[in-house]
Amino acid sequence: MNVIEVTKANFEAEVLKSDKPVIADFNADWCGPCQMLKPVIEELAAERTDVKFVSVNVDEQNELAYEYNVSSIPCLIVFRGGKEAGRSVGMKPKSEIVKLI
Amino acid sequence: MYDIIIIGAGPAGMTAAIYARRASKSVLVLEALSYGGQIINTPDIENYPAAAHISGFEFATKVYEQAAALGAEFVFEKAVDIIDGGSEKTVVTTDNSYTCKAVIIATGSRNRRLGLPNEDELIGRGVSYCATCDGAFFRGKTVAVVGGGNTALEDALYLCDLAAKVYLIHRRDAFRGDEKTVSALKARETAEIIYNSTVTALLADKRLTGIEVTDKDGGVRTIETDGLFVAVGRVPENAGFAKLIKLDEAGYIAAGEDCLTNVPGIYAAGDGRAKNVRQLVTAAADGAVSAEAAVRYISEL
Repeated sequence: MNVIEVTKANFEAEVLKSDKPVIADFNADWCGPCQMLKPVIEELAAERTDVKFVSVNVDEQNELAYEYNVSSIPCLIVFRGGKEAGRSVGMKPKSEIVKLI
Repeated sequence: MYDIIIIGAGPAGMTAAIYARRASKSVLVLEALSYGGQIINTPDIENYPAAAHISGFEFATKVYEQAAALGAEFVFEKAVDIIDGGSEKTVVTTDNSYTCKAVIIATGSRNRRLGLPNEDELIGRGVSYCATCDGAFFRGKTVAVVGGGNTALEDALYLCDLAAKVYLIHRRDAFRGDEKTVSALKARETAEIIYNSTVTALLADKRLTGIEVTDKDGGVRTIETDGLFVAVGRVPENAGFAKLIKLDEAGYIAAGEDCLTNVPGIYAAGDGRAKNVRQLVTAAADGAVSAEAAVRYISEL
């Protein structure tokens, strides 16, 4: 499993305190574009060992979604050193996501 | 060289791919984003024959798998130009160029933006173009919808079930949309309609906090809101082909139900074509019509 499921409980340890840059994929099961993006993220996670990929289910983790001002999904947020360093909203091709990193 | 290049992997383009492959033509489908097109945003399709309920994602995936299994090739690159060399045409993408005998343009449409300065950076931070996609983030909050068509009315009504307060901002003094939806909305206590007004600024602090609304007499007011749903119509994605392909005044490809454009061997299918009914089933129908026309064109070369 290359993409780690995170919750409010382990968000700090897995994302904010990560040594590597993190791409957090905010998503939900009912969201079509999120399902489209999922295999792209999994593919990238397998290729890019220099970046950590995590998944946040917004239905279960609505506090995290609110904290990071996520109001549309899929939403990818890049974290570097515990700080937001970029984001992308909506379905994006792999090449665009690579540019985020 | 391919027989047929299809630009756009929405329902129209992928249906065209199915028909073209079944006629034994080699097919390349070019897509800028992901297969499926805008239908992937629809949670539940209820008006497609033989599918009483299917999610847009599942529908798109099934059509993609069907086209791919028949041997259509998919490449995820954005097509930016078509060069017409008569019997040999070239489709230029951001990364490559591909040659073929016939082209089907099925690039669809996208949501129209308001055109306000900070609109892009607030997308996903309070600004949305899809109430059914993002409505859930505004449970118990205040939202505004801007627009006066059926989509705006339906979005406002949908949001009334979730949000504590729903403003609908409309630039005219009456709605031309479905009368039933208008009265249903007017009956909602949480809904407030603001007529003769436009949204002229987006107020934000990390996320949207409010909107500035200007009425036709120039009066300005500020409305505090957590969300703004923009429903001011759609725009076709045809601008890149305008120097070769004849468009109508609104930017749709000037092609009739036969899907023929002004250039022999180039066809238009789906929402990007000038038409009255833009539905999943009419997009699929265009796919069949355009593919048949392209196959006939190639056989006569």
